[in-house]
Amino acid sequence: MTATADSPESAFLAGNNTLKSRLRRAERMRKVWALALIAPMFVFLMVSFVIPIASLLKLSVEDLEVSEALPLTVEAFKAWDGEGFPPPEAMQVFAQELVVAEENKTLGSATRRLNYSLSGFKSMLKKTGRKAEDDLAGVPADQILDAFIAIDKDWGDPAYWRAIKDAVGPLSDFYALWALDRQRDADGDIVMRPSTQSIYVDVLLRTLEISVAVTLICFVLGLPIAYLLATLPTSRSNLLLILVLLPFWTSLLVRTTAWIVLLQNEGLINDTGIWLGLWNEPLELIRNRFGVYVAMVHILLPFMILPIFSVMKGINPWHMRAAESLGAHRWKAFLKVYLPQCLPGIGAGTLLVFILSLGYYITPALVGGPQDQMISFWIVENMSSTLNWGLAAALSMILLLLTLVFFFIYNRFVGFDKLRLG
Amino acid sequence: MNRYWKGSLAALGGVVVASFAGTAPVSAEDSVTVASWGGAYSMSQREAYYKPALKDIGMTVLEDEWGGAVSEIRVQVETGDYKWEVLDADVGTSLAACDEGLLEELDWDMLGGKDRFFPGSAFDCAVGTISYGTIYAYNGDTYPDPATAPQTVADFFDFEKFPGKRAIYTGVSHTIEMALMAAKGMTAVEAQAYYQENTDEAFAEATAFLEPHKDQLVYWETGAMAPQLLADGEVVMTTAWNGRIYNANVQEGKNFVIVWDGQKVDYDVWAIPAGHPNAEAGMKFIEYASRPEVMARQSQYIAYGPTTEEAAALIAPDVLKDLPTASANLTNAYWADAEWIADHIEELEERWAVWKAS
Repeated sequence: MTATADSPESAFLAGNNTLKSRLRRAERMRKVWALALIAPMFVFLMVSFVIPIASLLKLSVEDLEVSEALPLTVEAFKAWDGEGFPPPEAMQVFAQELVVAEENKTLGSATRRLNYSLSGFKSMLKKTGRKAEDDLAGVPADQILDAFIAIDKDWGDPAYWRAIKDAVGPLSDFYALWALDRQRDADGDIVMRPSTQSIYVDVLLRTLEISVAVTLICFVLGLPIAYLLATLPTSRSNLLLILVLLPFWTSLLVRTTAWIVLLQNEGLINDTGIWLGLWNEPLELIRNRFGVYVAMVHILLPFMILPIFSVMKGINPWHMRAAESLGAHRWKAFLKVYLPQCLPGIGAGTLLVFILSLGYYITPALVGGPQDQMISFWIVENMSSTLNWGLAAALSMILLLLTLVFFFIYNRFVGFDKLRLG
Repeated sequence: MNRYWKGSLAALGGVVVASFAGTAPVSAEDSVTVASWGGAYSMSQREAYYKPALKDIGMTVLEDEWGGAVSEIRVQVETGDYKWEVLDADVGTSLAACDEGLLEELDWDMLGGKDRFFPGSAFDCAVGTISYGTIYAYNGDTYPDPATAPQTVADFFDFEKFPGKRAIYTGVSHTIEMALMAAKGMTAVEAQAYYQENTDEAFAEATAFLEPHKDQLVYWETGAMAPQLLADGEVVMTTAWNGRIYNANVQEGKNFVIVWDGQKVDYDVWAIPAGHPNAEAGMKFIEYASRPEVMARQSQYIAYGPTTEEAAALIAPDVLKDLPTASANLTNAYWADAEWIADHIEELEERWAVWKAS
């Protein structure tokens, strides 16, 4: 059937079309509106969260310092298979480029990077750079290696040449391996780092150990408090709740510093104990694991109590009575009827405390000793003190992965749909 | 009034002076901004250099504070938006910045040559302004009798004779040298030389020597923490920067005693950001501040020493005795070798951190 333009049907269809398109336009407007409403949030998240974290994590796999400082050398070394010494022509390119780099002072970060591979490389490269113009420029190919060795005998060791070739990037697992106390040997196999430079696996285990212990202590202390809060009459439970919330609202730094005042050798606890004659020498309460546990548990306890409390608040008290009237012992009723209903709150509480513990930095730094520092401390140390950003990024990556792993384990066994954060 | 406001007011004052100078307009060359560390240290510089500079060489000096990081210099050099003509930096930072081309090379003819200055305080891009000592100190109330009180570096590690905890700097600096002096009976200079020549061995020996006492060691991070630990009775002895101990005695009435044996002498330096259009004025200021009679003034206001022999000779004996560069305090001392440190600091810090944590 064909319809002419002036038939009633076509008029109807045309009308339908405009209705459709008006509808579509309205839909589109609504979508644009919705997008416009979430745009600020999206932009904020991208700018403040995703982009900085992604660009930091990128540093953990990037290896650009050498290729940026010595691009021609990197190009020339590509032809070399890494056995013995590089071809003399490549050494000449390297020598030429050293002269230029020394002139423009662009060698700085490359020397630092190479020193990570082989200790002593930094001073050797700087010395070579200073003498490059006089001793290396224009030396013929058959004498170039000897000219290098004349400046520093270590150039006679192929390992140093190999280190340059291995550091050309652009991507590398160098820092990721380092963060796990591993490195690649001359054959490219993964081996342990020397024990004087190995610490990060220990730190990782220590971080897990402290987090698990803090979570357990918080659970044991928090459960009865949450139960008390949920079962007391409102007037009294509100007062108790304030006691839980007040420290929760106080700055973390203030609470940590307060613990230093309490726990130190001449602090309140030791002074009182000695004054009362309970002990004669000051007890070691701070700058050790004990101090870390005390302060961290105190700070993280509300994160355990509040989710459990909010779930317990919603449990019908008649369930327990019903169980008891059906013949269950009080404890059995608690374990079989009450506790399972608390699980979403317990899950949320333990997950929160555990994940927050994993990333703890300031509290262990202030009340712990050197043997109590967790992975965040080493991230900061590498970020701001030794300026090894690649390693800091690799450690951050491990921390992030660890958190995600526990996140998914939790999801697998408890499920996020059951999560109640209060 | 806190020091931020003081600094700002001083800066404002400078601007006002500059804009009202009237008939003889003060040109840019006659004004420099110096970035320093604030607090008592900036105060001593204000009295010794900044105020007199206007009278002596007609230069207006404005003050600012900075955090001492290479990145702060880099941002100004790369953007060309300079805030400071002159920086007061630590030696390591100045060497790192110089290596990256972020500092002007100084005009050594103007300064009278590098030989005028104490060893290790004159570099291509930087020149020493003060010397400070890393020493150890104890509370005079704990060991009241000077005859039986700690006197040598060995005493610092003698946990039988002087039981109690010791505080040391959290970084690797000076502790290895001290341990070598105590463990191997070396002088300060010998310990430094041995450390630099046999680094791996020396490091292993020093940490093995410290190992049995590891649980007796407390670490301080900021300069103020060292006297605080001593005052709180957390430790019986601590290493420290001499000025901090001196200030605790003078300003807080403490009875701390400095043991100069085995001290490390270190410097702060003047430097100029690379490519500064007004670098010449910065150089003029540094030349002025390096004149013996000018440099000697600073020690009246803070217990840090000069960096030239001529300036040291002009300092009154009762002031001089508290300075790291007094000859009595230098009987067993070594001078920090900043270039060697700059080349090795990263791996040593890493090794040290691993030892502390394991």
